[in-house]
Amino acid sequence: MAEPKTFKHQQYAHCESGVVTALLNHRGLDLSEPMVFGIAGGLTFAYLPFIKITNMPVVAYRMFPGAIIRGTAKNLGVRFETRRYSDPQRAFAELCALVDDGQCVGLQTSVYWLPYFPAEMRFQFNSHNLIVYGRVAEEFLVSDPVFEQVVRVKAEDLQNARFARGALAPKGFLYYPIRISTQIDRSEVIRKAIRKTVRMMLYAPLPFIGIKGIEYMARRIEKLKNGDPRYARLYLGHIVRMQEEIGTGGGGFRFMYAAFLQEASRLLSSVPLEEASRLMTEAGDRWRLFALACARACKGKTVDFDPEKIAMLLRECAIQEKRVYTFLKSLKR
Amino acid sequence: MKISEVPQDAIKTMAGEKKALYAVDHQGEYARTVTRGWEAEEIVLTQVIEDFEVKAKLAADRVRRGETSPIEYFMNKKWMDSLTLAQAMGLFHWQVKRHFRVSVFKKLKKRTLTEYARLFGVSVERLKNFSGEE
Repeated sequence: MAEPKTFKHQQYAHCESGVVTALLNHRGLDLSEPMVFGIAGGLTFAYLPFIKITNMPVVAYRMFPGAIIRGTAKNLGVRFETRRYSDPQRAFAELCALVDDGQCVGLQTSVYWLPYFPAEMRFQFNSHNLIVYGRVAEEFLVSDPVFEQVVRVKAEDLQNARFARGALAPKGFLYYPIRISTQIDRSEVIRKAIRKTVRMMLYAPLPFIGIKGIEYMARRIEKLKNGDPRYARLYLGHIVRMQEEIGTGGGGFRFMYAAFLQEASRLLSSVPLEEASRLMTEAGDRWRLFALACARACKGKTVDFDPEKIAMLLRECAIQEKRVYTFLKSLKR
Repeated sequence: MKISEVPQDAIKTMAGEKKALYAVDHQGEYARTVTRGWEAEEIVLTQVIEDFEVKAKLAADRVRRGETSPIEYFMNKKWMDSLTLAQAMGLFHWQVKRHFRVSVFKKLKKRTLTEYARLFGVSVERLKNFSGEE
């Protein structure tokens, strides 16, 4: 068995953009996490009333799992080797072979089966990404981008995490970059990615996506005033939990996107993009105020809360985001 | 959000871990920094955990009275609803709900029980013999 290759562990804000960034950096492509997130078109808003998680609608602040890997492949000209398995034994053997060969690989896993997560975070969430960069005896060396330090995971636990069943089941999904194009005009790629995100957020044809989605959620929150307050609290708590998903800092990925816009403004020598970044930071700050109001409503078990006021805070998020995208749209190409 | 405003509430649910995030410094430059958690985050996480704990307790009472099977108790103990449990088991929703019936539970195959036990992280014995005393 080969000595585990040196892998520079780095903590990132979000698992999927973190894994992709780390794998690309490892291969010598120097990109920041916000850059990867932005170029892959990671930002969104979606309120999906017909898809439920523990009886609550799905609220997404970023694109669905896998979108960053696909977006990176498409927009940055990176070829990924990807594999899914129906046979866990084969998945295990292939992972061992790759790792022993010195390959660092990204894996999709379920948080529920990963013992190094704090107990309070071990829900049935099947789309957590991590990197395996080596193995020693029966343990895999894992660089999990949302943790400060590398960890070791027993083969059995990792197998369970890779073959957890349920919504978005990982099916042993494994990926790593095999070819990185050097022929990419990064500024063109950035412009394109921004245009795409702006179009989706402003003009998505469904009432659940983008600005319209935020307004839709605001209307749902308003309606809570006629319902059961216990349900209302759980509903608001659920929204914030989705927003507070690791790495958003309460801003639902808005700060990460603002960091991307700022970096883009430097790369493209564009002053207006710097302004767009500032506007996006403000949007993130408003999302934080909204989250705080929801959390307060959850906490006060006896005190009354006003769904209309909370909905108003959410509308302000929508207004501010609309401001960002309209401004971005107005920029000359 | 400015780096100086990044919450450092040292929340219990993060068990001492720190998370990375992006925030601006005093000159408006974005940088990666760390947080020890935000109170708002702890409130909403504790809320859902407490909700499951209440449901687990009620289920335990009903196990004691012979009105439901231990599966409903352990399901809530592991923060799942019946649909999530069905998906994680690779079963239909109605099958899991049926397994809540004591008479059906008693006749469950060894293989199904083992799979439930594995998912709940308990022994088959503990699952079978759980009497509602926590």
